Amino acid sequence: MDLVWLIPLLPLIGFLINGLGRNVLPKAGVGIVGCGVVLVAFLLGCGVFSSVYAARQAGEAASFTLPVFDWISAGNLHVSLSFLVDPLSAIMLLIVTGIGFLIHVYSLGYMHHDAGFAKFFAYLNLFIFFMLLLVLGSNYIVMFIGWEGVGLCSYLLIGFWFKNSSYANAAKKAFVMNRIGDLGFLIAVFGIFATFGTLEFSGIFPEAAKMASGDTTLLLITLLLFVAATGKSAQIPLFTWLPDAMAGPTPVSALIHAATMVTAGIYMIARSNILFTLSPITLQVVAAIGICTALLAAAVAVTQNDIKKVLAYSTVSQLGYMFLGLGVGAFTGAFFHVLTHAFFKALLFLGAGSVIHAMSDEQDMRSMGGLKKQLPVTYVTMLIGTIAIAGIPPLSGFFSKDEILAHAFAHSNVLWVLGFIGALFTAFYMFRMLFLTFFGQFRGTAEQKSHLHESPATMTIPLIVLALLAAVGGLLNVPAALGGGEALAGFLEPVFADSAAKMGPIHLEHSTEYVLMSVSAIAAIVMAVVAYRQYVSKAVVPDADEAPRGVLSRLSYHKFYVDELYDALIVRPLNALSVFFYRHVDKSGIDGFVNGVGKATGESSKGIRLLQTGNVGFYIFMMVIAVAALLAYGIFNG
Amino acid sequence: METIVQNMQGVPLTHYILFCSLIFTIGVIGVLIRRNIIIIMMSIELMLNSVNLLLTAFSVHSGDPSGQVFVFFIMALAAAEVAVGLAIIVMVYRNTQSVDINALNRLRG
Repeated sequence: MDLVWLIPLLPLIGFLINGLGRNVLPKAGVGIVGCGVVLVAFLLGCGVFSSVYAARQAGEAASFTLPVFDWISAGNLHVSLSFLVDPLSAIMLLIVTGIGFLIHVYSLGYMHHDAGFAKFFAYLNLFIFFMLLLVLGSNYIVMFIGWEGVGLCSYLLIGFWFKNSSYANAAKKAFVMNRIGDLGFLIAVFGIFATFGTLEFSGIFPEAAKMASGDTTLLLITLLLFVAATGKSAQIPLFTWLPDAMAGPTPVSALIHAATMVTAGIYMIARSNILFTLSPITLQVVAAIGICTALLAAAVAVTQNDIKKVLAYSTVSQLGYMFLGLGVGAFTGAFFHVLTHAFFKALLFLGAGSVIHAMSDEQDMRSMGGLKKQLPVTYVTMLIGTIAIAGIPPLSGFFSKDEILAHAFAHSNVLWVLGFIGALFTAFYMFRMLFLTFFGQFRGTAEQKSHLHESPATMTIPLIVLALLAAVGGLLNVPAALGGGEALAGFLEPVFADSAAKMGPIHLEHSTEYVLMSVSAIAAIVMAVVAYRQYVSKAVVPDADEAPRGVLSRLSYHKFYVDELYDALIVRPLNALSVFFYRHVDKSGIDGFVNGVGKATGESSKGIRLLQTGNVGFYIFMMVIAVAALLAYGIFNG
Repeated sequence: METIVQNMQGVPLTHYILFCSLIFTIGVIGVLIRRNIIIIMMSIELMLNSVNLLLTAFSVHSGDPSGQVFVFFIMALAAAEVAVGLAIIVMVYRNTQSVDINALNRLRG
């Protein structure tokens, strides 16, 4: 426990070694350093987790603050670099380092032929460092450092192949959208400091628990924090960066845009849960935006043909479910979904990477098909991942999604219905992806067919580990209705205790829960069968890009024209404003003024120069005039 | 001696002032109008002398000898100035073969 400070430090050291030595270190060395630091961090994290677990078993609140040093001390503002270890951050720590380690190992195989191999591992380690700061921080400032840092690493990694300008633009888009959210975070932090006088969680949350529900200051603070969360976790309106972020290498998509960075928003809201519980309006906004995003993204994913885009929209959709969970007060459920989603989404992305690797960097599913013969391990693991995300019992996705939907039902039937519709879409498009990729006849070129091969062990072993986790992860929080112990809820209980006290437990009969569970499970299986009939029995292949489509299909295929909308509403006016400022304010105005001063000096000097006639008589005359003037002045004013 | 002073005091001061101003003005006009450097030097001497005369007149009329002492200063200064000025004129003549001040316009801007 005393070595907690070592956990973020090790990836930072890995970043420095690999970053500075990127041109001199051999690939094996880079790999050992890059993966080794994360592995050691994971092992230390296991030690930390076991201490927290033991404390929880003993019935304590298990919240440990470990200060490292005092950083800012100015007037009333005292910010220190200190780490908070409690059940919530312990689990996030394991997710970040554990899944991070698996993805590092995967990258050994995936990025092996890339010239920027060492740079990639340096950036990955830097990302792990910042993410660990985010989850381990004990005050909003350390969390914010991590928050901004992961945005930076996201930019660096999305634009990793920066020579392609569209990839660089995607990285820029991600960073700018993240920054819009960061502004909300910063203003919220100012508000928190003004209200509570401190930025430490241990100082804020007990104070906040004494405040009244519906307090306006808290409402504003939480709304701003939620804006930050929409930017980081890709919700409406700041979600369009995530599909574009697929420009980055697949391990990046798995780590950053599935398992860790995008869950930072949910972690932040879970950490600040008491502030949100005291602002019911914000919670309604959170739930509304969560479900809208979930449905919008699911509707778009149904017609996408790029395997990574399907998974990207799926991520946005599942994040929407997590926010829905937070909005209806299912904090444990939302966090449980974070956990299971990390398992199966990372698995799905890594599997997609394996497929892309086998297909010689082809990502269009219309050129795939029948790959289960050549990529058996990838197929089986992706099958497990697809079943998990579709919410089919007994895999993990069923338990987490169902907990959210049960709370939604207790809150409002409409939310449950919309969530259910989203789950139908989810099952359909995920199985569509699976069938188009692995079943039927191979539709690619002969060249691609000759290169088809299963991925090396460095890539398949992480897939297998994640598949196991996705399969059995549900056992972490089996609901009471099914006779389970709700282990995760019990473990996280002290983190959400104040909120639970204010909200009160939900009252849902076990019989209602059974009905809800069976309805969603059966519906998911039905949608899987529908997808099977469409894409395997009838072997339908999606249309080419230019083919005519119906209205709904066109809306979905073109992502509901959201990017075009933003372009027209925001990008173009900003560009016009920028051009105006450039031409009329900067070039004509400011440059004109500055140049004008120079010109005026030049012109006036040209005029005054004419006084230098060189004519002595003229000079004497001027002297006489001057003396006469002085005399006159002396007479009249003296 | 007193008769000279009394006779001098017999001439009213205003006459002296008017007379010296006139001479001074003539000197100034001479400096401004004439083109020959030597004539300009003469006009400058004229101005100095008019001031000398006026100072002496004031000294006599107020009985204070410091005016006349100042006249000595001015005479010494005029002598030095003429020496330097004539030396410059000689150098200018050697370079431009003329004593016309309009020939010295090489510093034209």
